[in-house]
Amino acid sequence: MFDKILIANRGEIACRVMKTAKKMGIKTVAVYSDADKHALHVAMADEAVHIGPPAANQSYIVIDKIMQAVKDSGAQAVHPGYGFLSENPKFADALDAAGVAFIGPPKRAIEDMGDKITSKKIAKEAGVNTVPGYMGLIEDADEAVKISGEIGYPVMIKASAGGGGKGMRIAWNDEEAREGFQSSKNEAANSFGDDRIFIEKFVTQPRHIEIQVLCDAHGNGLWLNERECSIQRRNQKVVEEAPSPFLDAETRKAMGEQAVALAKAVGYTSAGTVEFIVDGDKNFYFLEMNTRLQVEHPVTELITGIDLVEQMIRIADGEPLSITQDDVKIDGWAIENRLYAEDPYRNFLPSIGRLTRYRPPAEGELGEGIVRNDTGVYEGGEISMYYDPMIAKLCTWAPTREAAIETMRNALDSFEVEGIGHNLPFVAAVMDHERFISGDITTAFIAEEYPDGFKGVTLSDQTLREVAAATAAMNRVAEIRRTRISGTLDNHERKVGDAWNIALQGESFDVTIAADKTGSSVTFADGAVIRVEGDWTPGHALAHMTVDGHPLVLKVGKISGGFRIRSRGADLKVHVRTPRQAELARKMPEKQPPDTSKMLLCPMPGLIVSMNVAEGEEVQEGQALCTVEAMKMENILRAERSGAVKKINAGPGDSLAVDDVIMEFE
Amino acid sequence: MKDILQELEERRAGARLGGGQKRIDAQHAKGKLTARERIELLLDEGSFEEYDMFVAHRCTDFGMEKNRPYGDGVITGWGTINGRMVYVFSQDFTVLGGSVSATHAQKICKIMDMAMQNGAPVIGLNDSGGARIQEGVDSLAGYAEIFQRNIEASGVIPQISVIMGPCAGGAVYSPAMTDFIFMVKDTSYMFVTGPDVVKTVTNEVVTAEELGGASTHTKKSSVADGAFENDVEALAEVRRLVDFLPLNNREKPPVRPFFDDVARVEDSLDTIIPENANQPYDMKELILKVADEGDFYEIQEEHAKNIITGFIRLEGRTVGVVANQPMVLAGCLDIDSSKKAARFVRFCDCFEIPILTFVDVPGFLPGTSQEYGGVIKHGAKLLFAYGEATVPKVTVITRKAYGGAYDVMSSKHLRGDVNYAWPTAEIAVMGAKGATEIIHRADLGDPEKIAQHTADYEDRFANPFVAAERGFIDEVIQPRSTRRRVSRAFAMLRNKTLSNPWKKHNNIPL
Repeated sequence: MFDKILIANRGEIACRVMKTAKKMGIKTVAVYSDADKHALHVAMADEAVHIGPPAANQSYIVIDKIMQAVKDSGAQAVHPGYGFLSENPKFADALDAAGVAFIGPPKRAIEDMGDKITSKKIAKEAGVNTVPGYMGLIEDADEAVKISGEIGYPVMIKASAGGGGKGMRIAWNDEEAREGFQSSKNEAANSFGDDRIFIEKFVTQPRHIEIQVLCDAHGNGLWLNERECSIQRRNQKVVEEAPSPFLDAETRKAMGEQAVALAKAVGYTSAGTVEFIVDGDKNFYFLEMNTRLQVEHPVTELITGIDLVEQMIRIADGEPLSITQDDVKIDGWAIENRLYAEDPYRNFLPSIGRLTRYRPPAEGELGEGIVRNDTGVYEGGEISMYYDPMIAKLCTWAPTREAAIETMRNALDSFEVEGIGHNLPFVAAVMDHERFISGDITTAFIAEEYPDGFKGVTLSDQTLREVAAATAAMNRVAEIRRTRISGTLDNHERKVGDAWNIALQGESFDVTIAADKTGSSVTFADGAVIRVEGDWTPGHALAHMTVDGHPLVLKVGKISGGFRIRSRGADLKVHVRTPRQAELARKMPEKQPPDTSKMLLCPMPGLIVSMNVAEGEEVQEGQALCTVEAMKMENILRAERSGAVKKINAGPGDSLAVDDVIMEFE
Repeated sequence: MKDILQELEERRAGARLGGGQKRIDAQHAKGKLTARERIELLLDEGSFEEYDMFVAHRCTDFGMEKNRPYGDGVITGWGTINGRMVYVFSQDFTVLGGSVSATHAQKICKIMDMAMQNGAPVIGLNDSGGARIQEGVDSLAGYAEIFQRNIEASGVIPQISVIMGPCAGGAVYSPAMTDFIFMVKDTSYMFVTGPDVVKTVTNEVVTAEELGGASTHTKKSSVADGAFENDVEALAEVRRLVDFLPLNNREKPPVRPFFDDVARVEDSLDTIIPENANQPYDMKELILKVADEGDFYEIQEEHAKNIITGFIRLEGRTVGVVANQPMVLAGCLDIDSSKKAARFVRFCDCFEIPILTFVDVPGFLPGTSQEYGGVIKHGAKLLFAYGEATVPKVTVITRKAYGGAYDVMSSKHLRGDVNYAWPTAEIAVMGAKGATEIIHRADLGDPEKIAQHTADYEDRFANPFVAAERGFIDEVIQPRSTRRRVSRAFAMLRNKTLSNPWKKHNNIPL
């Protein structure tokens, strides 16, 4: 076995690989850019090699720099993680030439599977179902229309080198096929410098289901069941699970066998993933093969008990697989939620900055489930603009899908992230979404269920009452503490009453609270009683409450006259008042938030470097108004519509916070 | 007998109705609560003891003798906030517009005298049309009687003003002399002369809101210490503030049970100082992570944001915090920030509230506007305030402490009790570049040499150890342990006694 491996990656995946290496007694070498000097993966590694400036194209994906680090550290093998150099055949070559093992597949497999057209051809030859379509190169729009007609609408027009939704069009008729061909071609030429286009059947009600394969260098190949990754936002996976709620054993087996057949056809070794698109009738078609460890591999590990990284390392060292297909079982259910530093309330705009608070839920048992968190950041760390915005993967396992989802909800509720915008509220919302719970999902789930973006969560009446009851109990603790201040008038102390009004999410509940030794019983005006227990004390950011016997975790903040409560994806201002205070508060006018449609707001904290317009100037839609520098990036802010500048509130050199008004329009 | 008792109840009921239901409705329609409702929200339920309910004015001019409502436009008395005594007056806009007559003023003076004698804060809820013109000079005399008491009470008992409606003309000077002024957004304004007079005299056209609204006074003028969304929120927040304050200057600040670990380690503070010395960071994160339960009551949040002032608790005990804010103007001292912090330090010193200072200051802001504005005298205010303060003073230098600003920010030399520095501190006469350019003037033409000199200077002086060698810094501490170190320092200082030489009063550069 290797003594020392280098991990040519960063963030959570580098940490993840190191965990297994440590377990196996292998020393680890990290590489890092200037931006990652204090990153978690550097701290975790036995040694670390600096490889250059922050930008990945000057550090993490520069083969020479990684090779130098390998040489300097004396590592015998390299794990590439995912992204960066993981699917770069030149990197595999360079390692090979240096006599260093690549913990991944052979170069040929990377090359063959790296091209969409080649991979499809090989798949077809290996007996893998492929989407009906035209594999050859398409000359012009006329030919595109003809081929589309033959395949049958709807069709998908795709760039051969494409990815991430770029150069992709759906056509439902000849006219759209003609247009789609041209725009895909242009986009592909601009984005990838490769304008080859192909056309295939557009699959309706598509689900993204992929098969994990594992092959050694001795001709053994296994499939480790599937992962369903249908919950995607613009082709970016957000939620994954294993197994899929959709597959039956027969389909699973057919997909697994085809996946292994393909892997064998390209001489695959190591862990790989064969992605399929599955339609509503369980027809499955080959999409592509990823010749690396996938982000979402933990869900497979959780249901099979197989450490994929360990297997990859052993295979790279030449060991034969010690498990057979019969050893591979499905034990329970696993869900993964990707935590992205993206603000869901601002259309998932990447968010950067300092993690002022980062407290993931404890790993291990939670209720009847298990929590696993693969993370690459820490409290006090910095989220930079240079890399992928994914900062952690929260996974839960439980015997059933329902229980795994419930464990996930509780884990999300106790996951504290402050300082940056993040998608925790959004994934929490998905976990509570009826359609997700039912398992009736497609890759269009997010686009269909959140067509106007994410506007926050509205809690159901029952959950709202539970939150209200818990908050009433917490408030009682806080109020009693207030009365325990020194300097009170003896015998004239304040008595904290039992009757309270809880206002949240536009609702108002009158409750009375009866506290005893173990908790509180909160009685609502309609007679309903909710029992609340918990040991929350003022100042604690998390309240682990038990409400009517089941757990309810609340993130607790302060607002004037109450609490900011976050739970189940909702972000609530909860006002707790005596009945009389509530009565008076109702007399207060509702203040409308100021109309910001005629203002230019600063979209991020930053420094104004230049102001391009003056007060009174007429500006056209799209005209550059000013430039804001944030994290060394210059962002040009443009006019959303034509109009005259009424007032300018900031000038070059001013540092602004998010939503500060830069200028106002007539 | 029964009839007489009954009559009392009737009279009381009449008094409680103030200016009548119609005016109460009008008050509500403006988004304002009545004087009595406000007292209910300010004080513990059922704790209000009213005095002078039946006071009526004695004016006989202009037909005033026909309109002599009970209470005369102000409700006075005392009650408790979380069981601690406070005196309160609440002007009743429904009664003669809350205007100040001789008797109205007399009621206020009565409770101010009681507050002084019995040692409890006075909270004034202001909602008044101004002087009662019909009473003429009697009304002015009334104001002045209040002013005189404000002055005498200053530094003896905390005085808090909440502006909950109009407050114009001479009326502004009573709140102006109290310790804190809070305003209610959209429904309150304060000015010496109103928009009409402004128009006549200077031809400026300005609205009451622009001239003296909450935004103006919290951001621009610094007259107000905070502004709140509505009456309910304002009064709840005044209750919260009172929990931080001692009842008078003979008493220690209050102590409250706390649910936090005194030795709480905050590893994330080890990374709060950015690699690049010119990159800002948010000093509030440090304050929140040091404070008990992350609870911080900020004073003048919107004004001179380059310095932060407010109250926290350590081990349940009130501590005043002053901190440079690198996020704004690099945390420099200037006229506004010096004045803001000086006033806060002096308040703390008046009322035996220990002061915690976090320092990251590159110096004083240069420029003609500062010099013409008198930054010399205004900057001296903060220096003076720190130097005269005899309360426990603990200072933590997090990064820059350059030049005269280092001296000002509660340095050892100004009788700082415990002065800590983080390892990231740079305590020096100025930044490396500036210092090099003066010391090595001869080499100015040679960028390479200058770069070398700068690097040398940084190595030698951009650290806390030169100061620590001299004992100007008592100890260099790990950022993560700041809460524990600071809490223990204040614990050590609980019985501190220190006094200034006898004098009638000092002559702070006003």
